Amino acid sequence: MIDLSGISKSYQMGQHRVHALREINLQIQPGEFVAIQGSSGSGKSTLLNVLGILDTPDTGSYTLDGHAIENLSTADAARYRNRFIGFVFQSFNLIHHKSALDNVALPLYYQRVARKQRNLKALEYLEHVGLKDRADHKPSELSGGQSQRVAIARALITQPALLLADEPTGALDTSTSEQIMNLFHEVNAQGMTVVLVTHEPDIAAQAHRSIVLRDGDIVSDRTRDAARHNISDHDSDPVNHS
Amino acid sequence: MIDQLAEIGDSLRTHKTRTALAILTVAWGIFMLVLLLGAGRGIQNGVELQFKDDAVNSIRIYQGKTTIAHNGLARGRSIQYSNADYDQVQAKVPHVDKLTARYYVGDNRVSYGGQQAAFDIRGVHPDHLYLEKTIITAGRYINELDLIERRKVCVIGLQVVDRLFAEVSPLGKLIELGGTVCQVIGVFTDEGSRSEEETVYMPVSTTQLMFAEPQRLHMLMYTVGDASYQQSKDSEQQVRSLLAETHNFAVEDKRAARIYNNLDEYKKITDLFFWVRVFVAVVGVGTVLTGILAVSNIMVISVNERRREIGIRKAIGATPGSITRLIVLESVILTTIAGYIGLLASLGLLELLKATVPENEYMYQPDVNTFVVVSVTVLVIASGTLAGYLPARRAARINPVEALQPS
Repeated sequence: MIDLSGISKSYQMGQHRVHALREINLQIQPGEFVAIQGSSGSGKSTLLNVLGILDTPDTGSYTLDGHAIENLSTADAARYRNRFIGFVFQSFNLIHHKSALDNVALPLYYQRVARKQRNLKALEYLEHVGLKDRADHKPSELSGGQSQRVAIARALITQPALLLADEPTGALDTSTSEQIMNLFHEVNAQGMTVVLVTHEPDIAAQAHRSIVLRDGDIVSDRTRDAARHNISDHDSDPVNHS
Repeated sequence: MIDQLAEIGDSLRTHKTRTALAILTVAWGIFMLVLLLGAGRGIQNGVELQFKDDAVNSIRIYQGKTTIAHNGLARGRSIQYSNADYDQVQAKVPHVDKLTARYYVGDNRVSYGGQQAAFDIRGVHPDHLYLEKTIITAGRYINELDLIERRKVCVIGLQVVDRLFAEVSPLGKLIELGGTVCQVIGVFTDEGSRSEEETVYMPVSTTQLMFAEPQRLHMLMYTVGDASYQQSKDSEQQVRSLLAETHNFAVEDKRAARIYNNLDEYKKITDLFFWVRVFVAVVGVGTVLTGILAVSNIMVISVNERRREIGIRKAIGATPGSITRLIVLESVILTTIAGYIGLLASLGLLELLKATVPENEYMYQPDVNTFVVVSVTVLVIASGTLAGYLPARRAARINPVEALQPS
């Protein structure tokens, strides 16, 4: 599903060069549920952006679902994102002047799906996250948990192969977080690959595989559920002390 | 396309104040532009009306003195016109419509009963009626028969009637002038000028006879009908070379025969109005340009405010092209709506002016033509595209990673 090899990324911050990612090698199989952990500045967000084709690495190669993600034009990158990847953000990132329904339907707009058809589908996905009755509400009229469920419906509507979530429960209370995580488990059970970034250990503990980043290196890569995923599946260094 | 319009309508509705401000600026620009063009046209129409009233498309030929020695003849020679010149102009000069000569009677005393006063006395041809825009109020004007028979008849202006005839109809009365007696056959008025009404007209042949100068004419004048400006200039040139040949003076000697073409004045005014229109257009376009800059500015602000939204759109699959199209189209729609509001408002005001302001010489039928309306439409759409393009490029280059950073 995902094959990263030798991915490096650095930023110029004032006079210092910050190495956000150093020679990352990582394979993720279809259907995995992976949590990426690390303190702030560990490079976990940069890794997620690279996976989401929002950011391009300085060196290394990235293959997503058999497609080499290299030298893509910005338009092609947009099409890949639209087709293969669903995004869920900590701050929901709904468009505030659109209704829940329109927000969910927006990815299909960029696939040139007819309005009627995409609204029908959006309603279906809203029902799936339990918010059918909130379809006409604006994001400002929704609670945090509801907003995040709308965002998840939006991420799922294109039926992407990969769901990327950046601190999806970071702004939510415990019980709401649980609902959100249940949704992730559900789609993962249906075969969707889920990668989520979190700094909350109890959230990470729900993933089948947990990767820990520190200063741009993978320092730990553990699979919890041996029945589903064997450690030998992973070619990357299980422990890489820098 | 409909989806895109819905998206834009959505965005415009969300930012009502901004939308209203942008529309107001552009609408004002277009309003001023069209109003200025319409008023310019109205002033021009007014001047053209004056021309139509006062002067026809006439060419007047006065006699003068030579200023260039020619064919062994010294300069300073007086040129004198005759019946032969009249006949030649009639026969050989192109575009002659109405033609008349004038014979000026030197002795200007006119008397009736005990009354005496001084008036201009002119011997003319029947066509003089058209050239001077004389309006007959009683009786008739001089005709061909008067001319052939050298009748002692005259047509007098209203001022002459006032001065000589107290409470009696002048028609058929005999007045004394130039040592002879002649019968009043008509009375005229002239809207152009009051002084014109202090004139007595007689058949040119009669006046020639009265002063024993049967061939002598003092001046010629004619109209060129529907001829173009160029044709009237050709006609004028023909007259000049004809007179130069007949009277043996250099054709480039403008003072020997002084020719005034009314269309020259008309042309000067038309040229002036061309430049007035250019000026108005420059000022108007400047105003519109200000509106465009305002829209562009507003679009830049709009793009900045919508950084996050654009970032979200890009993250979920909007291509840079689709973002560019969205912003440009929004700008075009904004300026088009505004442009038409401005256009309709100005056309409405022009119609109102046309309907309420009475006919006058300074402003007559202010209007804009289809060409202006079409041009304004093109201008608005083009400038909307222009105003939207740079902000749109900025929007398309927004980096979603940066735009989506939690604020």
